[in-house]
Amino acid sequence: VCFIPGGSDCSISSLSHVLGKVCVRGRQKEILSVLVPRLAELTKSDCIWQRICWRLVECVPDRCMEAVVLGFVERAPGADVLSRLLGNLVVKNKHAQFVVTQKFLLLQYGYTTAVLQNLLGYLSLDSLRRALLIKVLQELLETWSSSSAVKHSPPEQQEYISKAILICLSHLKDSEIESCRQELLTSMMEGVKCHLDSSLPQIRRLGMIVAESISSKINTDGPVLKFQYEEDDEARDLKSLLVQAPSFCVPSVPDDSRKEKADAALPSASESNGKSHTAAAHVVSDEESDTELDSDDDLTPYDMSEDKELKTKAPVYIRDCIEVLTGSEDVDKWEATVKALESLVRKNPAATREVSVELAKILLHLEEKTCIEGFAELRQRAQVAVLTVDPIPVAQYLTSQFYSLNYSLRQRMDILDVLVLAARELSCPKVHGKTKHVEKPCVQLLPASDSSKDWRRIVDERIKSKTRRFAKGPSQVQVASGPNEFNSVAGHFFFPLLQNFDRPLSTFDLLGEDHFVLGRLVHTLAVLLYLAVNTMAVTAMGKALMEFVWTLRFHTDSYVRQGLLSCISSMLLSVPAEHLLNNMTEELLETQSWLGDVVEKDPDGDCRRLALQNLLLMENLKKKLNKTVPS
Amino acid sequence: MAAPPPDPQFVLRGTSAAVHALHFSCGGQEPDVPVLFSGSENGFINVWNLKTHRVDKALDGHGRKSVCWVETMDGKDRLLSQGRDQKICLWDLAEGRASVTDSVFTENVGFCRCSLLKVAQGRWLMAMAAKALDEVQVLELPSKTSVCTLKPEAGAKLGMPMCLKLWQINCGSQPLLLAGYEDGSVVLWNLSMGKVLSQLFCHQEPVMSLDFDSEKAKGISGSSERVLSIWSLNEQQNLQVHTTHRLVNAGISDITIRPDKKILATAGWDHRIRVFGWKKMKPLAVLDYHTATVHCVSFSDHKNPSERLLAAGSKDHRISIWSIYTQT
Repeated sequence: VCFIPGGSDCSISSLSHVLGKVCVRGRQKEILSVLVPRLAELTKSDCIWQRICWRLVECVPDRCMEAVVLGFVERAPGADVLSRLLGNLVVKNKHAQFVVTQKFLLLQYGYTTAVLQNLLGYLSLDSLRRALLIKVLQELLETWSSSSAVKHSPPEQQEYISKAILICLSHLKDSEIESCRQELLTSMMEGVKCHLDSSLPQIRRLGMIVAESISSKINTDGPVLKFQYEEDDEARDLKSLLVQAPSFCVPSVPDDSRKEKADAALPSASESNGKSHTAAAHVVSDEESDTELDSDDDLTPYDMSEDKELKTKAPVYIRDCIEVLTGSEDVDKWEATVKALESLVRKNPAATREVSVELAKILLHLEEKTCIEGFAELRQRAQVAVLTVDPIPVAQYLTSQFYSLNYSLRQRMDILDVLVLAARELSCPKVHGKTKHVEKPCVQLLPASDSSKDWRRIVDERIKSKTRRFAKGPSQVQVASGPNEFNSVAGHFFFPLLQNFDRPLSTFDLLGEDHFVLGRLVHTLAVLLYLAVNTMAVTAMGKALMEFVWTLRFHTDSYVRQGLLSCISSMLLSVPAEHLLNNMTEELLETQSWLGDVVEKDPDGDCRRLALQNLLLMENLKKKLNKTVPS
Repeated sequence: MAAPPPDPQFVLRGTSAAVHALHFSCGGQEPDVPVLFSGSENGFINVWNLKTHRVDKALDGHGRKSVCWVETMDGKDRLLSQGRDQKICLWDLAEGRASVTDSVFTENVGFCRCSLLKVAQGRWLMAMAAKALDEVQVLELPSKTSVCTLKPEAGAKLGMPMCLKLWQINCGSQPLLLAGYEDGSVVLWNLSMGKVLSQLFCHQEPVMSLDFDSEKAKGISGSSERVLSIWSLNEQQNLQVHTTHRLVNAGISDITIRPDKKILATAGWDHRIRVFGWKKMKPLAVLDYHTATVHCVSFSDHKNPSERLLAAGSKDHRISIWSIYTQT
């Protein structure tokens, strides 16, 4: 399509109509991929072409405006190009304004960061449009700081909004920031509160990054907010949005490279100092030895081979360990005991059994006296060792303490972690006294911090391996197996945890504020049931868990819901199919309809995926049983 | 094949408290008995008879507060003792007496041991940590007049003085003071002008103890880290690091050079006494007897070289006496 340049007024409205119709039909790609580059070129220097272009888009009929505007925004290579092409369309046309400020940013979240940059850059380039930019920022912040939005909207949308906020902040001038400083501050405070309350780590991190950015913008002098979070690529990408980057985004970090060079310079400087020192010293000693008689040779040294580094010896008996840990003031001995405890417990099972509950109690309350590396891990391993050596009494103790007063959340979650680790150890068959990992993907050693990803991965892998097994037979040689020690104790680990979840204590309310611990509890139960496969109690466990899940299925926290769905997966995988279909048919049907609901309506992507997997598992189950039922 | 390290010649028991200070007085003529003075954490100063290995006298003058330094002034009849009750006492022990004739109130609550130097007949200088945390005061004894107060400059941030050593090149020349501070530096002070002549930063941790050989103008300092630092004084009276010696275990409480300048001994936190040759810092022996930190070591001043002894006092309430390298 070529345009007729010239001094005459031409009516472009017919062209606008055509453009609009084409775009609305969904053919934006074809027409705009040709149109936009040409227009971009033409409008680069020529004002008349700019005005023609503006006129073109202004005359697009309202019902097609959205398609046209979005198409332009998507295809423009930069904010300045977009500015040339669209001009002040957003100010003049109400519909375009709605599309750009509301629909694009708040009502969907599908566009890439580059497109966001284009749009927001476009808004910032003209003084008339900057008012819109500020309005947009305010609305974005309102959404960001609303607790219901944080709880119920999908994480992808929250990321999108956070990115938009960061880009807006990068475009704002200091005077504008001053004018809306108070609002920024209030929304930052509210928003950071709801984000940190969330159980999902990525939401927490988003909240932290955005809050840090806002704080750095409004407090240019004085202390800024600083959080501690994992600095991986995602975090760095987000933070780079705050800096106004030119269209060829180079995430340049010149400070880091300068710092590295300075660090490299320092050690080399000190090295050279050290060398000159020793050189001088050598010179001096050489002179001395030349001039004086060496009467030191008269003094013969004694044997000094026994001279070794002092190491405090750890106690060798379990009861001594208990003494040291409870009373001793000698910190070296305390340290040595903590480090040696796990191996001592494992080597002396009989002695440990005599004092197992006492030891478990001491370990649960053990606090870091001196700074040992990996104290939390050492303590956890010792607890796991005690639990595996004497499962029943210690499990009874730990599960009862889980619901007792005056424990910190950290301690309650430690109890859950220890139970799971010990269960895994007990359920894995031991070959030649060492635990060997068989061909099935086993539960990984759970990190002390959030492990929701691992649960999903484990269940996924298990599901994958299960479904594959219907097609091929087991292809690996089975390793020699031992008795499953978890069999006799599974119930002791599992049922007490289910008992009191709905009874709030003054310091601990699972169904109320402490929903993070509830989420961890639910995940723990899922893993315990999964590990209880092939035990006698598994059917009863499955049934009890089913009831538990049923009461909680509408919980508002998505972490808890993910846990509940993992419970269902574990149940479908661990409880033998015949038992499931004989004892729990009604529950299964109800669950199936609930899962269908979750797949369609749950805002969290992971929940939907888990629910879908559960439905697939159920299908497989039915198919398997239909096969085995003789016709 | 090197010989195994020797055992202690004898062990003095009976202090019933950790031993913090030792001082020999064995230079007297017969029938004078060689004695060893020891200061303990329970505030007692025990006078040990080295022939019978028993306590002849127990002096109680510091109100049960730990005694951290003992030294004689001209023979064993006059004894100075410093305790953590902020007092330095002068004892008269002649003819069986045991009384405090004079005392100095230091107003210092630190751990810094004093240093004594005889400058003329009947005149001594004593350096001690003063009331203000980073100051050192030098008194003339027995008049107790203050000679000078050595205060580091405002920005120096040396911390508390940890150990002191008064010395002079030969009798009659200017006395100088070497002080080791909390920040790990050793400072040489000029007493007449009260100024710093040289400062050397030789440790990362506080300097726990130092000793100086005025003939060779070489000194050694130990701290709570793993390194012994040997430094020397050049003609311009500047300190410079000569060498460092790395130890097996960290922590040194006391260092002392034998009066004949052949060997030195260090008292370690790892319960061991280490003996080195002074000329080249050659490790000679590791004496492993004690079961707790060794707080102090001291060489005896026997006139007969073959009788020389080394004593070490430890937190395990024992004093071990060794006869080592007595042939030279």
